[in-house]
Amino acid sequence: MFHWLEKHPFFFAVFVFVVIAFAGLIEILPNFAEAARPVKGLKPYTVLQLAGKEVYKKDNCIACHSQLIRPFKAETDRYGQYSVSGEYAYDRPFLWGSKRTGPDLHRVGNYRTSDWHANHMWDPKSVVPASIMPAYKHQFTNIADIETAYAEAVTVKNVFGTPYGDEIAPGKAAYEKHLKEKVLPEALKIAKEMKNKDVLAMVEQGKIPEIVAMIAYLNRLK
Amino acid sequence: MQSNAALEYDYSVVKLYMWTTVIFGFVGMLIGVIIAGQLAWPELNYWIGEYGTFSRLRPLHTNVVVYGFMVSGIYATFYYSAQRVLKVSMGESKLLLFLGKLQFLLYLVAASSMVISEGMGITASKEYAQMEWPLDLLIVVIWVLWGVIMFGLIGMRREKSLYISMWYYIATFLGVAMLYLFNNMEVPTMFFSGGLGAWYHSVSMYAGTNDALVQWWWGHNAVAFVFTVGIIAIIYYFLPKESGQAVYSYKLSLLSFWGLMFVYLWAGSHHLLWSTVPDWMQTMGSIFSVVLILPSWGSAINMLLTMKGEWNQLTENPLIKFMVLASTFYMLSTLEGPIQSVKSVNAIAHFTDWIPGHVHDGVLGWVAFMIFAALMHMSVRVFKREIYSKSMLNAQFWIQTVAVVLYFTSMWIAGITQGMMWRAVDEYGNLMYSFIDTVTVLHPYYAIRAIGGLLYLIGVMMFAYNFFMTAVSGRKLETEPQFRSPMA
Repeated sequence: MFHWLEKHPFFFAVFVFVVIAFAGLIEILPNFAEAARPVKGLKPYTVLQLAGKEVYKKDNCIACHSQLIRPFKAETDRYGQYSVSGEYAYDRPFLWGSKRTGPDLHRVGNYRTSDWHANHMWDPKSVVPASIMPAYKHQFTNIADIETAYAEAVTVKNVFGTPYGDEIAPGKAAYEKHLKEKVLPEALKIAKEMKNKDVLAMVEQGKIPEIVAMIAYLNRLK
Repeated sequence: MQSNAALEYDYSVVKLYMWTTVIFGFVGMLIGVIIAGQLAWPELNYWIGEYGTFSRLRPLHTNVVVYGFMVSGIYATFYYSAQRVLKVSMGESKLLLFLGKLQFLLYLVAASSMVISEGMGITASKEYAQMEWPLDLLIVVIWVLWGVIMFGLIGMRREKSLYISMWYYIATFLGVAMLYLFNNMEVPTMFFSGGLGAWYHSVSMYAGTNDALVQWWWGHNAVAFVFTVGIIAIIYYFLPKESGQAVYSYKLSLLSFWGLMFVYLWAGSHHLLWSTVPDWMQTMGSIFSVVLILPSWGSAINMLLTMKGEWNQLTENPLIKFMVLASTFYMLSTLEGPIQSVKSVNAIAHFTDWIPGHVHDGVLGWVAFMIFAALMHMSVRVFKREIYSKSMLNAQFWIQTVAVVLYFTSMWIAGITQGMMWRAVDEYGNLMYSFIDTVTVLHPYYAIRAIGGLLYLIGVMMFAYNFFMTAVSGRKLETEPQFRSPMA
């Protein structure tokens, strides 16, 4: 049969495809619906947190930080309760990472404050003297892209049925309203916790630096 | 497999991809050396602000090496060897030749857009699939063009049976196409939000655990179909061609090809051991990873035994050195991977530097060595010139071999040290080390790795110089050498 296949490239290709395709069918599909279910009481990310997730992606924190606590005593002692599938139901994409050059962050919101993050992102050595993490000072001046984060919230609500309320709706007007009523107050609260005057001044003018969104996201990780 | 003097092969597309292989190889590995240095000496992070941080550069390193260097290398060898094993010239079809050049042009556009967008931090953040949807679409076009050319050439072939290399190229084409499409399913947010936000932004079709499964189905098998299948295609053509030896066993190549096709895809979930993926999937991933040793070693042993009775070539011909050591590293890497997939080993190894260590004995020792050897073999036939310097090739071989050994040994030690320290407890059951203790202890290993990387890069520069000089000033050859590439 193999001899014959080698002389008939079309059937050869079809056969290869079948052989490689069905592993995915058997391993991935059966559990798909179940793995998509959220744990009870899980809230979708706020728009500011989504903007923070974008900063997390943009500066590629997953190069060094995982968000997956494995079920070992050494891990639960260090990072808190082990991760369960339903906690990730609104994570698009998943941000588990594959390398821990720095510690896991899945529950970092439980044991670090806004102030700590602000100092750490400005100069990691100021809080962890032996740290090899780069400083992310540019997050204090770059303005977070709230509009794109809002667009993402609208998209996941409409396409995947992520349970956002009526305040997440398409169009510029709905966005402006949401920005003013929800996003800016949330940002202001974090800016005040950060004790950084420049950042606070920016937020009061209606501009949200990346660091504020980032901290909103990190505080959410619990 | 004898060369057909009557047929004039067209190398225009081959040459283009050969140059991008060299250039992307240098750039990608240069970034690699920089980020290796940054882990040992963090001050190196600050030379160009946000664009120079380790985290931003790391996907650039992986993507430029994988999609720049390796994929260029696979395309170059494909356009070269497919014509020869199918006994047909690209020049015979104006359409295919045009499509080949178009494919190269689009490839250049995609590769440079990838570098720019990832440098700016525009990323879907899935590993080895960072590119956002507009680039994904362009990549689909490039890949489909490759398929059209591949099957176009096959349709015109004069040799009825497909040679082993062609099996592997076909599998590379199909495997990557399937995996890439499914993993990059994403919804552009602008179209669903009434025109809000960045046009290039998208959100993954899958969430959480499902996204992880699909991603590592891709992540693992991108390795399978680019780093493994694509490179086996290369060795099955170039080792017999350079050594003048027939492939040792047809049956073994059959067994290892179909075995690899069947087994490889199952192993993806070994990247997700101890995660929230269901236990049975993890176990399947573990088991199939161990089974994977068989077809992997099948190919490698088939290649090594091809040299049977001709081992003297190993001392005489640096290209044979590269290829024999490459298949040896392939054996090492395909034994190491399954070991890491055993659940109890993985509990220590996962998240540590042992993983990049494993990746690099595969890519530096196997993939890159094969591409270097193939490029040199082709340069003689394509440029019709003698290789510029044999002694430089020999020196490159030894420098890079030392470099790979430094790289993976230091990362083995670093990984196991860190993995053990994370779980170490004192007599009362309390954790013994804070996280930062487990970072500072790695400094010497990070330094050794950076030096290993630098040595390897020096080897790449020697290769680039040797390749360039071969192309412009190697001694002209009247007739094409049958087997062994002549070198000065």
